[in-house]
Amino acid sequence: MSQTAVADSDTGLPLRELARRHGLGVAGRLPTLPEYTGKLWAYRHFIAYYANAKVTSSLGKTRLGSLWQVLTPLINAAVYYVIFGKILDTSRGIPNFVAYLCTGVFIFGFTQSVVQSGIQAISGNLGLIRALHFPRAALPLALTMVEVRNMFASIIVLMAIVLGFGEPLTLEWLLVVPIFLLQSIFNAGLAMAAARLGSKVADFKQLVPFIMRFWLYGSAVLYPVTKFQSALQDHPIALKIVEANPLLVFIDLMRHALLEEVPLASTPWVLWAEAIGWTLFVGIGGYIYFWRGEKGYGRG
Amino acid sequence: MADEREPTVIVDDAHITYRVQQSGSASSPLAGFKRIVTGAKPTILREVHAIKGVSFVAYKGEAIGLIGTNGSGKSTLLRAIAGLLPVEKGAIFASGQPSLLGVNAALMNDLPGERNVVLGCLAMGMSPAEVKPMVKEIIDFSGINERGDFSSLPMRTYSSGMAARLRFAISAAKKHDVLLIDEALATGDAKFRKRSEQRVRDLRAEAGTVFLVSHSEQSIRDTCERSVWLESGLIRADGPTDEVMKEYEAFVKK
Repeated sequence: MSQTAVADSDTGLPLRELARRHGLGVAGRLPTLPEYTGKLWAYRHFIAYYANAKVTSSLGKTRLGSLWQVLTPLINAAVYYVIFGKILDTSRGIPNFVAYLCTGVFIFGFTQSVVQSGIQAISGNLGLIRALHFPRAALPLALTMVEVRNMFASIIVLMAIVLGFGEPLTLEWLLVVPIFLLQSIFNAGLAMAAARLGSKVADFKQLVPFIMRFWLYGSAVLYPVTKFQSALQDHPIALKIVEANPLLVFIDLMRHALLEEVPLASTPWVLWAEAIGWTLFVGIGGYIYFWRGEKGYGRG
Repeated sequence: MADEREPTVIVDDAHITYRVQQSGSASSPLAGFKRIVTGAKPTILREVHAIKGVSFVAYKGEAIGLIGTNGSGKSTLLRAIAGLLPVEKGAIFASGQPSLLGVNAALMNDLPGERNVVLGCLAMGMSPAEVKPMVKEIIDFSGINERGDFSSLPMRTYSSGMAARLRFAISAAKKHDVLLIDEALATGDAKFRKRSEQRVRDLRAEAGTVFLVSHSEQSIRDTCERSVWLESGLIRADGPTDEVMKEYEAFVKK
């Protein structure tokens, strides 16, 4: 009947054989991990541009524009200062409680906002995913970049607050850079894992606020870490689990770097080892977990 | 076999099924609780068999029109060729990465047209150096600047036709091995339609394969010499556009 049908019966090949002979790939095949990583690297400009565009478009309609990047952490700190510093006046035996509190709030907030936007990285960009072909990990990574940018402004604000509350500027402040780097990689892994979970089970998004709040109370943000030690005296295993919490580790490290006298959960060396371990585990694990689901994004 | 043509897309007895998760009608929290307690299936899982065994081969340099009534599986087939939908049975083979170009491809609405052009080009895998000289060309092709400087205004201010034209211009800027176009040509005005049909012909001349889904018989007749008529997930006819169109028109008029 048609020209093509004739041509096929001419060659007399089954279609599968014809595809093999001409080297056609199966549509929608899962690339290998090195292939995928190479592709992702080729898309680094897209990731940067997308992150940039996301910041511009989210602040584009506001009057103050990018000033909000600094205002948001400032207001955030002010809220906690008024409630905990002035109204409740809860120093609980910590010399510089406001600086201590703000460090916790900011570091926790970084991971929290990455998880919150990561969970929607796939489900919120279905239009883009269904129209264009790019390694999907670009989306959670770009959203992480957005939060890294915001956190950059937050850290400067945090340093100003810490200085303003009478902490001295020491060489230890340089440790902020590696801590920030480790936490960013940790967060990227978390964002990728959250993106896959959020794309598979929409219900997960409803649970995130509760999980994050639970995590907040478990990370000694609002009270000193020593509280766990006294509360869980008789349960050494439970105490170990609580103190291995990666966010508690990051927060403790940052407090150790910025503040002079802080109670820590463990010695700094143990904390550093834990932070590096968590970063490798969540960073690589999240990436592999996301890659395994690559074929399924945008379907349904 | 001197004149053996090079196949670019091979669809081998493909079946595609949608699984639709549907929460029970008028679901209340109490009903949801009852479902959990009684152990009934939490959601109604319905299967829609959209493509029921389709086979054809597309060759380099061909433009193929996909026609059929609404819901016949045309867009589903395109998405499967693009690798965005899994096949239930059978297989789809393609050379390179087929790109699906649809009018509903979402870009960022709060961003100016220009920056969307850059974003779209980067998302198609171009390097920043390649993108730079193309931006003006793409904007000119889309014609959004015909009524003033719209390219620097956010995309949410565009009319639906303008936005669709810009999206088409972006996707058509890159050479694709296989380009899948879903109703895109039907959106612009007559002038833009002419330009985009020319662009589709150019893309084909660059030895790609173009698939076109459209309800506009004219644009299929103008751009495609081969057509595949899908009806309820099965191929009713596959051949030269004129013949297939004749059969299709007779079917629709019934």
